[in-house]
Parts: sequence; structure tokens; C-alpha cells
Amino acid sequence: MIYAALFYGVAGLTVLGALGVAFSNNVVYSAFSLMAALLGGAGLYVFLSADFVAAVQLLVYVGGILVLTLFAIMLTHQISNVEVSNRSVGKLPALALVAFVGAGMGYAIVKAPWRVAGPAAEIAAGQGTTYGIGDSFLNKYLLPFELASVVLLTALVGAIVLSRKELRD
Amino acid sequence: MEIGLHHYLFVALVVFLSGIFTVLTRRNAIGVLMGVELVLNSANINYIAFARYGGTPYDGQVFAIFVIMLAAAEAAIGLAIVLGIYRTFQTIDVEATDSLRG
Repeated sequence: MIYAALFYGVAGLTVLGALGVAFSNNVVYSAFSLMAALLGGAGLYVFLSADFVAAVQLLVYVGGILVLTLFAIMLTHQISNVEVSNRSVGKLPALALVAFVGAGMGYAIVKAPWRVAGPAAEIAAGQGTTYGIGDSFLNKYLLPFELASVVLLTALVGAIVLSRKELRD
Repeated sequence: MEIGLHHYLFVALVVFLSGIFTVLTRRNAIGVLMGVELVLNSANINYIAFARYGGTPYDGQVFAIFVIMLAAAEAAIGLAIVLGIYRTFQTIDVEATDSLRG
């Protein structure tokens, strides 16, 4: 009972945050709604016994990506941000397309015979997932792990090169 | 009704639809990037829901960690590009960046 109430609260936070990002006129309001959606997502991961991923989401997504996005918004925000009426894609066609896609995916969610199993033995033991994830990273997923560090290095160097001022000789 | 797999899938569906609506209608470039973050988040919720309800728990969670890491790299590069556009065009309206249009 309390479990269901808490779940609907966290899920409601996620959904309201996502809808706030989509339908808000001000981009700063959208950024804070995105923060609410990400916090709700971290709460949902806790409900799904993914404690390590919830912590990673809070640290990296909320504390890193969202703060970076807010920095960029504040650096490029114009005070007189007038919304012109004609948009890249009008809101009504976009809503129609989204409703169509949503109806199709919702039907697939309801009708598909998901093979639902109970919690795995490791999760039911209540140990926490950090050990298993670390073990997976160093045994089964070693190559993607190393490639991920190369990707991060490339992104780091690329971001620095892209945001550098042009050198005048 | 007991909280099951379908609840998480529907939450992820709503987040996904909000994300693609944001990408379609926003004129601010950073708004478009926020829509992409929502789409990645919905995929993460799906991964972790299936990791919990489907079998071995660690495969889905490891993949979700990779998605978060790639989203961080993409957000850094995307925002560097947006700042470059702002430096050149003095605006980040996606309809103003049409210098290559014939």
C-alpha cells in the first residue's frame, strides 16, 4: 500500500518532469523539469533494485550533465527571447505523430507476452549490485569498458578543441 | 494492482514520447538536446526494468551505465557545438543556422 503510493509518487515526478520539458515555453523551466525527471528516474532505479545505477544517475546525469546544460543555457540565454509563431514542426502535427507512435508502442506493451521472472537470486539476497556490476565490467564487458574510456577521452579532447578560441597568428 | 513490469514500461513510454515531442518542436538548440536526454533516459528505465524482471540483473544495469556514460560524452560535445554556434550566429535558434541553404 505504502509501496504503491511511493511508486506512484516517484513515477508521477518522472512523468510530470518529462511533460514539463516538452510543454514549457521557457528553456530554463525545461531544464529544471529535466532535473525533476532525472531525479524521478533515479528513484525508479531504486525501486528496481538497481542501487549502483541510481547513484551513477544522480552523480553523472544530475550532477554533471544537467549542471553543464544549465551552464550552457545561462551562457546563451537571451533576455528578449520572443517565441515566433511559426515553428520548425508545428505543435499539432508533432502531437499527432507522438500520439500515433504512443498508441502503437502502448499496444505493444500491453499485448506482448513478456517473460516475467521473479527477482534474481543475487538481488533477492539483498547484497547490492555493486559487486556484480564491477565483476561484469572486468570479466564479461571488458572490451566495451576499455572502449568507453577511449570514447570519453575523445569527447574530452573534442570538447576542448571545439570551444577553443581561434588563434590569430 | 501490484506494481509490475508494465508500470515501468508505461512510465518509460511517456518519457520517450515527451522526448521526441521536445526534439520536434523546440527551436532552442539546448532544448533539442534536453529532448535527446529524455529519450536516453526512457531507454535506461526500460533496460533496468527488464534487468529486474527478466533474468540476469547485471547485463541490463551495465548497459544502462554505458548509456549514461555515452550521454555524458554526447552532452559535452553537443554543448560545445552549441556554444560555437552562439559565438558565430549570436543566437541558438535552430532555424537561424541555415547558411548552407541554397
